[in-house]
Amino acid sequence: MADRPGEPLVIAGRAFGSRLITGTGGSANLEHLRAALVASGTELTTVSLRRTSLAEGGGVLETIRELGIMPLPNTAGCLGAAEAVLTAQLAREALHTDWIKLEVIGDEKTLLPDAVALVEAAEELVADGFTVLPYTNDDPILARRLADVGCAAVMPAGSPIGTGLGILNPHNIELIVAQSPVPVILDAGIGTASDAALAMELGCDAVLLASAVTRAADPAAMATAMRLAVEAGRLARGAGRIPRRRWAIASSPTEGRLQI
Amino acid sequence: MELTVNGDDRQVLDGTSAQSLLEQLGLPDKGVAIAVNGAVHPRSRWDEALPACADVEVLTAVQGG
Repeated sequence: MADRPGEPLVIAGRAFGSRLITGTGGSANLEHLRAALVASGTELTTVSLRRTSLAEGGGVLETIRELGIMPLPNTAGCLGAAEAVLTAQLAREALHTDWIKLEVIGDEKTLLPDAVALVEAAEELVADGFTVLPYTNDDPILARRLADVGCAAVMPAGSPIGTGLGILNPHNIELIVAQSPVPVILDAGIGTASDAALAMELGCDAVLLASAVTRAADPAAMATAMRLAVEAGRLARGAGRIPRRRWAIASSPTEGRLQI
Repeated sequence: MELTVNGDDRQVLDGTSAQSLLEQLGLPDKGVAIAVNGAVHPRSRWDEALPACADVEVLTAVQGG
């Protein structure tokens, strides 16, 4: 059962008023990114760690901090546990945060998580004092394993990163929500506002998305749509939807109709 | 001495430290992290001389995720 709609999202004891977590990847420039971040109302946003020489158009961290948003470094692109752990440790050095969005991908074509390496890396980072938010498959058992090793949230993919295919297996997401002792954040695959609303209606605690906003024709407008969709989905979840029926049931009175 | 910095071979002054390396390459020292030979090189050790032929990675936050 969902919490009351107005309650903050709490991850590892830290409260967030917004249940929309954004990524900064894919933005054409910092002006577009800034407008989208403001419109989204987000309080937590991801950044990646890359070689300084490749940090063209840097300054993303300054922009995020100016807006009062907490940066969440990720281990995007890491192909093994060792690479992900080292990247997380470097992110902690660079950003002075022990929060990490843990990504350990299995291959570059699907960008889907490598389940075995993901659990291994999560366990190691938790032991090293990190607050670990793992990007995971929509697998209820894997989500449980990640919570068991001490992850602060689980972040199942709706569909592969950047595909915009939405939530391909809503039933699995519901199973993860039903069993998870930690917040469930729908991460990856969101294409448009209805996908974000569905995630919240399924009982997710928050939504994390990037491309759907940053690569939209009008990022700020889509960010607004996502903010409203997350709020609407959360409200709908708490409001208790009507059951699905096979046959119609009239909403107007069936008695007292004109007799001819 | 020679170092590999972010994949490029660099000739630097003997006894170069991480702090000095950033200065020699004109890189900022805020918001960055350094790995040496595949391990984190914490800020508390940035005044120590780097090992010769070390593989150095200098990373910073960029848009992503």
